[in-house]
Amino acid sequence: MIELAQVVKTYSAGLATPYTAVNGVNLDIPGGQLTVLKGPSGSGKTTLLSLIGCMSRPTSGRIHLHGLPPGLLPVGADADPLEITSLPERFLTTIRRRTFGFIFQQFNLVRGISVLENVMLPTYPTGEDREAVEARAVTRLEALGMARHLKAPVDRLSGGEAQRVAIARALINDPPVIIADEPTAHLDSRLSAEFMELMGQFKGAGRTLLIASHDPIVHDSPLADLVIVMRDGQVVSAP
Amino acid sequence: MRPSTLCVTLFGTLAALFAGMLLHARGRQATATRERAGRVELVRSLGLTDLCLFTEARYTRHPAMADRHAAFQDHPMALDHFPSGSLLAPPPFPSSHAPIPPATSQRP
Amino acid sequence: MRPSLQRHRSVLDFALSSLLRRKGRNLALTAVYTLVVFVLASLVFFVQALKHEARELLEHAPDMVVQRMVAGRHDPMPASQVEAIREIRGVEEAEARIWGYYYDPVYGGNLTVMASQDPTLAPGSAWIGRGVARNMRVAEGDMVPLRGYDGLPILFTIQKVLAEDSELVAADLVVLAPTDVRALFNLPEGLATDLAVRAGNPRELATIASKIVEKFPDARPILKAEMLRTYEAAFDWRGGLMVVVLASAILSFIIFAWDKATGLSAEERKEIGILKSIGWESGDVLLLKFWEGAVVSLAAFLGGVLLAYGHVFFFSATLFEHALKGWSVLFPRFRLIPALDAYQITVLFFLTVLPYTAATLVPCWRAAMADPDSAMRS
Repeated sequence: MIELAQVVKTYSAGLATPYTAVNGVNLDIPGGQLTVLKGPSGSGKTTLLSLIGCMSRPTSGRIHLHGLPPGLLPVGADADPLEITSLPERFLTTIRRRTFGFIFQQFNLVRGISVLENVMLPTYPTGEDREAVEARAVTRLEALGMARHLKAPVDRLSGGEAQRVAIARALINDPPVIIADEPTAHLDSRLSAEFMELMGQFKGAGRTLLIASHDPIVHDSPLADLVIVMRDGQVVSAP
Repeated sequence: MRPSTLCVTLFGTLAALFAGMLLHARGRQATATRERAGRVELVRSLGLTDLCLFTEARYTRHPAMADRHAAFQDHPMALDHFPSGSLLAPPPFPSSHAPIPPATSQRP
Repeated sequence: MRPSLQRHRSVLDFALSSLLRRKGRNLALTAVYTLVVFVLASLVFFVQALKHEARELLEHAPDMVVQRMVAGRHDPMPASQVEAIREIRGVEEAEARIWGYYYDPVYGGNLTVMASQDPTLAPGSAWIGRGVARNMRVAEGDMVPLRGYDGLPILFTIQKVLAEDSELVAADLVVLAPTDVRALFNLPEGLATDLAVRAGNPRELATIASKIVEKFPDARPILKAEMLRTYEAAFDWRGGLMVVVLASAILSFIIFAWDKATGLSAEERKEIGILKSIGWESGDVLLLKFWEGAVVSLAAFLGGVLLAYGHVFFFSATLFEHALKGWSVLFPRFRLIPALDAYQITVLFFLTVLPYTAATLVPCWRAAMADPDSAMRS
């Protein structure tokens, strides 16, 4: 599904204190499975996730995506596998919106607006019909047991509830791939177990899951098909 | 209701009022001659030369008649005694633009 | 609805809810902004209408007024010069004007006393302007004493209070028969204040003026064009009235826009990061900020202009009354006829809406261009 070849990401390149967060990573992430990136903080997990999720470009190396939904890009740019590192921002955003759902460590909800609006937010620039989006958002939130909180401002939610909103938001465009960065960092064990249960459901529905975590509940879970250990920007062990 | 609907309605109303304002101004302009008739008659019959805006000083009551060109009058850019004097600036240079040969018209 | 329209609508929705989230701040901002536009627009409307009115009225003023200078001062002139001026080719009509100023010691107001040849104005009676009637609290039929040059009061019967719509030119007028004016000011028979000249062909005025100066070297002719120019200059964009208010309004606006342009709060920056991370493009973020700026500035512009129109043309520019009044005791009340100028409204639009919208967009530019993953690493 996702192939990385010699991927390097250096921040502040050219400045006095360059910092290489990811250093020559080769990976092959299979589709329809749960892959866990394991490693201490600062090992380059988050950077790797943002590279895979088309949020930033590698300094060097190539990333190929297989099996993208057709019709995503203008004719000519469409290919399989698609090499994403050289695409312009507009195409990257389109791919990101349609292919990846992100669940952030800090949840990244917009404060002051309602749960429903937060979930609908990613669709605003697409010009999709509002009613259709709203219906979809309500369905997603109901499925996550958040029906009571539709109109509540996100500031009043508990950590677990906020994460459910973030999950609903990640699912709003029905992406084939879900990327989560330290999803259990702010949850207690019960909530973490519930989260993994949800991930199990998504996997069952055929989605590809990619989770960065150093929480044993995640990387020791029987749901994890593949655990990749990272340290200092490099893959230490991969099957 | 969606906020954008409310917003568009509000701006629609404001725009309609704006158009109404333009129409109202046009309407008043159309009847202006009649409205102005009394004033015009006074100006014509009494030979008035100025608008009655400031009644503090001679040069603010009748700026067109003021002899500010004359010697030892206040300098055109001098600080004013009267507040309205600062609002009613003198012409660019007194009398100098008159289409009269300067030698005969300028009386220093 | 078409997707592009739907996109604008959704982004507008979010822009509005963003504005509402900082309700107090944005409402205060819009209010201040509306006030600035209101003051500027009031001024533009007021000045434009006055300028237009001056132009229309002075069209009917004498083509030329001839004064006499004595020792560098404006002085009464021999009325006999009228005859000599009438003989100049091109002069259609010349008439001696007798007028002067009168300080009313009781009410402290300055009046303009003017003689009229009107046969219906009998000696001993007076026509007075509305402002005079208001100040002296008198009406038609009342008697008014005016202090003569020798300190003795002369009684006049008010025959007529000039119509309300004439206040703009006649609020402070006291119109008397010529003999009464002479008696009041001790102006000897044979002297006039100045001469009013009408020419058959306005293009000959310059020639006529130079002929008058040739004949009477102590004369100072004032052409109608000069009178008009006096008012054009006074109500010019760069003129006194405009500069005073304009400068302060623009200054406050610059401070305000500067504050806006330099400060992008951490909260706002974070929010832009979140939007980028959930799939908004830089262009979408800028569209959002554009709408935020446009909604505020357009509302302020339209609201301010409409309020200004009401203020100037329905409430007679009450807020400017104090500025116009200055130290004067007698103040004209007039209802202006709107003379809107598309050019000035457009200038006002570009002076207010564009800088503000730009000031909201520019600081967001960098934040919007940042990589979407910045939100992940914060």
